[in-house]
Amino acid sequence: MSKVHVSTIINDDTVEFLCESEQTLLDVLRDDLRLTGSKEGCASGDCGACSVIMDGRLVCACLLLAAEAEGSTIETIEGMANGSDLHPLQQQFLDHAALQCGVCTPGFLIAAKALLDRNPDPTETEVRYWLAGNLCRCTGYDKIVRAVLDTAAETRN
Amino acid sequence: MKPVDFDYEQAKSVDEAITLLTQSADALILAGGQTLGPMLNLRLVQPELLVDITRIDELVRVEASTTHVTIGACVSHAAVEDRRIADLGHDFLARVAGGIGYRAVRNRGTLGGSVANADPAADWVSCFAALDAEILVSGQSGQRIVKIDDFLVGAMETTIGTGELINGIRMPRLGASVRCGYAKISRKPGEFADAIAAIVHDPDRGCCRVVVGATDGLPLLLDNDALGLGPAVALPAVLDPGPVRDHLAWHMPVPDLYRLNVQCAVLQRALADAHAFPS
Repeated sequence: MSKVHVSTIINDDTVEFLCESEQTLLDVLRDDLRLTGSKEGCASGDCGACSVIMDGRLVCACLLLAAEAEGSTIETIEGMANGSDLHPLQQQFLDHAALQCGVCTPGFLIAAKALLDRNPDPTETEVRYWLAGNLCRCTGYDKIVRAVLDTAAETRN
Repeated sequence: MKPVDFDYEQAKSVDEAITLLTQSADALILAGGQTLGPMLNLRLVQPELLVDITRIDELVRVEASTTHVTIGACVSHAAVEDRRIADLGHDFLARVAGGIGYRAVRNRGTLGGSVANADPAADWVSCFAALDAEILVSGQSGQRIVKIDDFLVGAMETTIGTGELINGIRMPRLGASVRCGYAKISRKPGEFADAIAAIVHDPDRGCCRVVVGATDGLPLLLDNDALGLGPAVALPAVLDPGPVRDHLAWHMPVPDLYRLNVQCAVLQRALADAHAFPS
């Protein structure tokens, strides 16, 4: 079976790769491109650990074939900080201790970034509904929600 | 577990997609993949070929006339949620779309994919039943138009045939005095619903359709006469639970008291939703 050639822009870099038809975008990101920040949790779109932003839209990389990403622009957690300067969301997650084991954290950060890119002034309800697709099994959601709301307030000021 | 080996083709036109679908005995349509993706990852389906139809321009069109809106099969739930398409009236479609799954799912999942999968707990299945929508189906011999009641056969089962695909969904523009209500009961936002109710009460078009969804099979269109409903009478604020329970119980092979309770509750919530939205 011949491989599929895919051209993308990932975290501002032009990236071309060959993949098998059945490889998900998450498989290619993690196993071939060695961008292991995005995690695999459920592989069924319930946990959000694999969240990436494709063409400005939040998606689950586990439910997307790599071949479907042809021509798209992808943001992953690896592109969120600017060198050693953390993204404001990352800093607020640290300040609020909004993480423990960290497996869900890349997904939460990406999902929260997608929200704030779109709506810089969300209500708490909007944050909670938006992040309903991301599961955390240790920290709990309050600190995460507060970190997102405080980032929004900080960025607006 | 990971998907089995399969081939992947990106169709550029409806005709090309139909040709590809008829070339393999074991081809599946990929229309966003938010249901098919998990099924592939869990190897619940093991196709030889996936035909991706999401890049076909015709399938992401929206045609709005004075009487109908036709939405291409590959328009995403998020496009409807964000009001990037024409409104039927009462902001109905956007209100339904915003509650489907999670935002990441809504960004990729499509209307056509949802109705083709025909999961009884899918929001569009109940919504389209209440709207009396028509499904445009393209195949080798051209296009046929199927009313939603004839399109759905049962849980996860439709009348779509081999080598056919959903081209779009045609829905009526709603009248000025329409009331639309939608409600679902789920354990958590984004989860599959335990019960759904969808109501379209449109006196201008002589239409009143009250649907209970997330059943074990087809969405249940309530009998207007049995419940004192209809386009000529005002939509009640509440329904007398006694006759509603009897009516719903009659449609269950074995009456399930918990399910009857959530179905009655979700109907009342949909009625409240219909009355809460400014007409």
